[in-house]
Amino acid sequence: MSITEKTGNAGTDGNAPGTARPDGDDLGAAGAQLSTAPADSIDEVPGLGVLGWLRWMWRQLTSMRIALILLFLLSLAAIPGSLIPQHNDQLKVDAFKARHTVLAPLYERLGLFHVYSSPWFSAIYILLFVSLAGCIVPRTWQFVGQLRARPPAAPRNLTRLPAYSTWRTDASPAEVTEAARKVLRARRFRTSVTGTSVAGEKGYLREFGNLLFHVSLFGLLVAFALTSLEKAEGGKLVVEGDGFVNSLTQYDDFSGGTWYGADDLQPFGFKLDSFESKYATSGPEKGTALKFQANIRYYTGTDDSKTTKGTISVNHPLSIGGEKVYLISHGYAVKVTVTDGQGNVTHTTVPFLPQDSALTSVGVIKIPDAIGKDGKEDQLGFRGIFAPTFATSKTLGMYSTFPTPQNPRLALNAFHGDLGLDAGLQQNVYKLDETHLKQFRNADGSPLSDLLGVGDTMKLPDGAGTLRLDGVATWASFTVSHQSGNLGALVSGIGAILGLAGSLFIQRRRIWVRASAGKDGGTVVELGGLGRSESARIADELGDVAVHMLPDAPVTPEPGGDGGDGAPPPGSQSGPDTTATDDEGARA
Amino acid sequence: MNIAAAVNENFANYSNYMIRSAMFVYALAFLAHLAEWVFGGRSKVAVQSAALTAEASAEQAAAEAAEAARRKAAQQVTVKTAGGTVTLERPAVVTRASASDRGMEDGPGAAGGDEKGDLYGRIAVSFTVLAWLLHAGGVAFRAASVERAPWGNMYEFSTTFGAVAVGMYLVLLALRKNVRWIGLFLTTTVLLDLGLALSVLYTNSEQLVPALHSYWLWIHVSCAIISGAIFYLAAVGTLLFLFRDRYEVAVAAGKDSNGRWGDIMRRLPAAATLDKFAYRMNALVFPLWTFTIIAGAIWAQAAWGRYWGWDPKETWAFITWVAYACYLHARATAGWKGRKAAYLALIAFACFLFNYYGVNIFVSGKHSYAGV
Ligand code: HEM
Repeated sequence: MSITEKTGNAGTDGNAPGTARPDGDDLGAAGAQLSTAPADSIDEVPGLGVLGWLRWMWRQLTSMRIALILLFLLSLAAIPGSLIPQHNDQLKVDAFKARHTVLAPLYERLGLFHVYSSPWFSAIYILLFVSLAGCIVPRTWQFVGQLRARPPAAPRNLTRLPAYSTWRTDASPAEVTEAARKVLRARRFRTSVTGTSVAGEKGYLREFGNLLFHVSLFGLLVAFALTSLEKAEGGKLVVEGDGFVNSLTQYDDFSGGTWYGADDLQPFGFKLDSFESKYATSGPEKGTALKFQANIRYYTGTDDSKTTKGTISVNHPLSIGGEKVYLISHGYAVKVTVTDGQGNVTHTTVPFLPQDSALTSVGVIKIPDAIGKDGKEDQLGFRGIFAPTFATSKTLGMYSTFPTPQNPRLALNAFHGDLGLDAGLQQNVYKLDETHLKQFRNADGSPLSDLLGVGDTMKLPDGAGTLRLDGVATWASFTVSHQSGNLGALVSGIGAILGLAGSLFIQRRRIWVRASAGKDGGTVVELGGLGRSESARIADELGDVAVHMLPDAPVTPEPGGDGGDGAPPPGSQSGPDTTATDDEGARA
Repeated sequence: MNIAAAVNENFANYSNYMIRSAMFVYALAFLAHLAEWVFGGRSKVAVQSAALTAEASAEQAAAEAAEAARRKAAQQVTVKTAGGTVTLERPAVVTRASASDRGMEDGPGAAGGDEKGDLYGRIAVSFTVLAWLLHAGGVAFRAASVERAPWGNMYEFSTTFGAVAVGMYLVLLALRKNVRWIGLFLTTTVLLDLGLALSVLYTNSEQLVPALHSYWLWIHVSCAIISGAIFYLAAVGTLLFLFRDRYEVAVAAGKDSNGRWGDIMRRLPAAATLDKFAYRMNALVFPLWTFTIIAGAIWAQAAWGRYWGWDPKETWAFITWVAYACYLHARATAGWKGRKAAYLALIAFACFLFNYYGVNIFVSGKHSYAGV
C-alpha cells in the first residue's frame, strides 16, 4: 500500500508559510512515503451501493481531518463536566438542583451531572478510538513495508529538492558513488546504490515513535476500562481506639466493580490507636494543617492477635493484604452519656462532620432505645454543633476558631418521638428525620437549647432524661481501594511519552547523491536532500555529507557549464568563503 | 518528608525585596525596548541616515521578490550564515523555498538597523538579565524561607512561571537565536504577571497543606510551570505570526503597508520564521506536558487512591493536552496548516491559562489549595 501524500494543495494557496511540503507529485516515488499519514480522501464521491457508502464512511472516519475534528469535540465535551457538579459529589449536585429548579431537569436529561459516563461523551471517544484503530493498523503495515523496502531511487531532477548542492571533481563516478555510500553509511543512513547514484534514508524511528504513541493511547484506554471494571472502593470512619475489619458490613459505603464485589474482599483488619495532627499556630495561615497521621496496628487474615504497627498519612497510603488504605479526612466525635426517663443509661460516641477548616462540626445523636417517663417508647434525638475552639458572633452564630480542641463546646437541640429508623429506609446517620419528632421546648415556647463544655449536663424538661458530654475523641476516615490496570496505564503512559519524543524530535529524511560524467571529462557530483518534519536541518546535514565526501571527491575548480540538470546555483563552486545554510528553506 | 517547622522570615523578606526590585528593573528593560522600537521606526530613520534609503529599497526589493516568488514557485533562495571557524571548504547548499513560502526575509528586528535603536535594544537585554537574576534570586529565597519547593500557592506559581519564561528567552538569546523581537512583549507580560502576583495573589511564606507534602510536588509542578512558560513563548510567537502573516499577504498583494502598523510588522521576522518558532516551542514541550499529566496521575494515585478522577484541574489539563494534540494534528493535515493551526494553538494556550487562573479561582475541586 503506497500512499502518496497529496500535498499539491497543502500550502493553502500561500497562506501557510513554512508548513508546506515540496510537491510530492513532482518528485514521484522519491517524495512519497516519508510518512504513513493517510491520504486525504474527503472530496471523493462515494461509490455505488451500500458497500460503497460504508467504505466511504470508513475512509472518512479514519482520515486525519475527522480525527482532528473528533479530538476537538472531545476537548469541548469535557468542559461542562468541569463546571457543573458531578455525580461523584452528590452533595454538590443536590445543592445545585435545589438552586436551579429550571435548569436542573434539563441538565439531568442531557446527562450533564455525569458527563464522563454520558452517552454523548462516550460516543465521541469511542468514535475517536475507532478512528485511531482504523488509522494505526494500515499505517503499521505500511511502515513495515517501508522498513523492508529500499530507500526510493533518486528523482530525475535533484535541483527540485528543498536542499541541493553540486560540484565538479576529477574522481570517477564509481569512486564518488562509493564515497557517498560510505559517508551515508557512517551517518547511519540506510542506503541503496543504483548505478552511480546513491539513495539514503534515515529517521525511521520517527514513524515508529508515532505509531508507538498512538498504540499507547489505545493501551491507556484499555487500562482505563479495566480499572473501572475491577475497581472497588469502600469508605470507613474509625474513631480513635476503634477497629475495622474488611468486610462489607463494616463499610459506611462501598462501591464494587463489575469484576470485583463484596465476595472478593481480602481479609484484614486494623485498629486506630491514635490520630496526630499539627497545625500552623501563627501567621495568616494560622490553622492550616501541617501534618495528619493515623497510627494503626493491623493484621492480615482473620487472626487479630498478631498485629503490625503502621502509619497512614495523606500521600502515603498503606498496603495491607494487597489492598491500599488511604487516609481521607478526620474530625471529632463527641462522647456522651444519655439517661432516659426510666434512668436507663446509654454511653455512645458519635462522629460529627467538619464544616470548615477550623473543624466546626455538625452531627446528631440518636437514642432509639429510650423509654419515656410514662414507660412508653419515646426515642430521643439531639441535633448539635461542635466547636473544638469555641467562639460566637452575632452573624455567624457559633463557630470554631482553631482546629484543635482548646475550648470544646457542644450546642444541642433535643427532640423526642419517632426517629423513623424502623421505616426500613436507609437513613443518614448525620441527619434527623423530624417528621415524627417533637422538639423539646422551654416554658416560654422557645426551643430548648444548651451549650455544653466537657463534664456539663443537659437536662430535658419534665424528667425526660439527661445528656452529659463526657469528652471528645478524634476520628479518621479511610478509603480502602482495590485497583488493577494501574500498571497497564503506567506502561502505556511511558510508551506514549517515549513515542511522542521520537515522533516530535526525530526527523525522517532522505539524501541522494548522483555522480555523472561531465561534458568535459570530469565528474559532476549532485546532492539532494528531502526532509519530512518541519524542523528538518536537512540543508546542514547535506552540507556535512558533502564535506565528508570531499577527501574522496575533491573539488576541481573550473568554471563553465557543468552539465548539471539545473542552473548552477550562485557560489556553488566552493570558494574560500565557507557557505553553510540555515535550514530555512528545508521545511519539508 | 521533613517539614520545616517554621518559616524563615528574613529570607521571606529578602525574597519580597528581590521580586520588587526585579519588577523595577523589568520596567527599565520595558522602557528600553520601547525606545528600541521607537528609534527603529522608519520615519526617523529615513531622515537620519543614508544607509536607510538603501534599506528601504531593499525592503521594496524584498516585496518584489515576494511577488516574483508567488509567480515562480521555484524561486531559489540562498541563505548564508557564517560557517564555523574551521574552514573546510564547504560546497554551497542551495535551499529551495517551499511553494507557500513567500520568500520574504526576516525583518531587521525592533531596532530596524538604527544604531541608537540597537543600543537601546542591547541595554534592554542587559536590564532583562539583571532583572532575571533578581527575579530568580527572589524565587530561590522564597524556597529557602520555607525549605520546600516554592510552588505551594498561586503567588509562588506566578513568580516561578515568569522566571522560567524569561530564563528560556535568555537561553535562546545566549544560543544566538534570533529572538530579541520577543523582548518587548515578554517584559510587558512579566510585569503584568508579577504585578498580579504581588497585588492579587500574594500569600505570605507558609507551610503546605499535607496533600502537598510529596516529592511529586517537585516533579509535577515544576514540569507544569516549565511547560506553561514555553507554551507561553510559543503563544506570543503564534500571535505575532498571525499579524505578520496578514501583513505579508498585504505586501504580496501590493497593498500599501507603510503606515505605523506596517512599520512595526516590517521589523518582525518573516511569518514563516515566527510560525516555525512557535511550532518548535510547542513541539518541544508537548511531551513534557504529557509527562506532567502522567506525573500528576501518579501523584493522585498516591494521595487520593485513584489516578484519574475528572477533578476540574485534571479535566482542564486534559482539555489543554487534547487541544495541543489537535494543533499538532492540524499541522500534519492538508488544509489546516498556517492560520487555522495557529488559531488552534491560541485556543490551546487559552485552555492552559484557564486551567491556571480560572480553575484555581472560580472552580472548586480537590486541587483547591491555591491560596488565593
Ligand atoms: C486519541 C487521540 C489522538 C491523539 C491525542 C493524537 C496525537 C497525535 C500527536 C501528538 C501527533 C504528533 C504530531 C506530529 O508529529 O507533529 C500525532 C500524529 C499523527 N496522528 Fe494522531 N492522535 C490521535 C488520534 C489519531 C487518529 C484517530 C488518527 C487517525 C486518523 C491519527 C493519525 C495521526 C497521524 C497520521 C499522525 C502523523 C502525522 C505526521 O505524519 O506528521 N491520530 N497524533
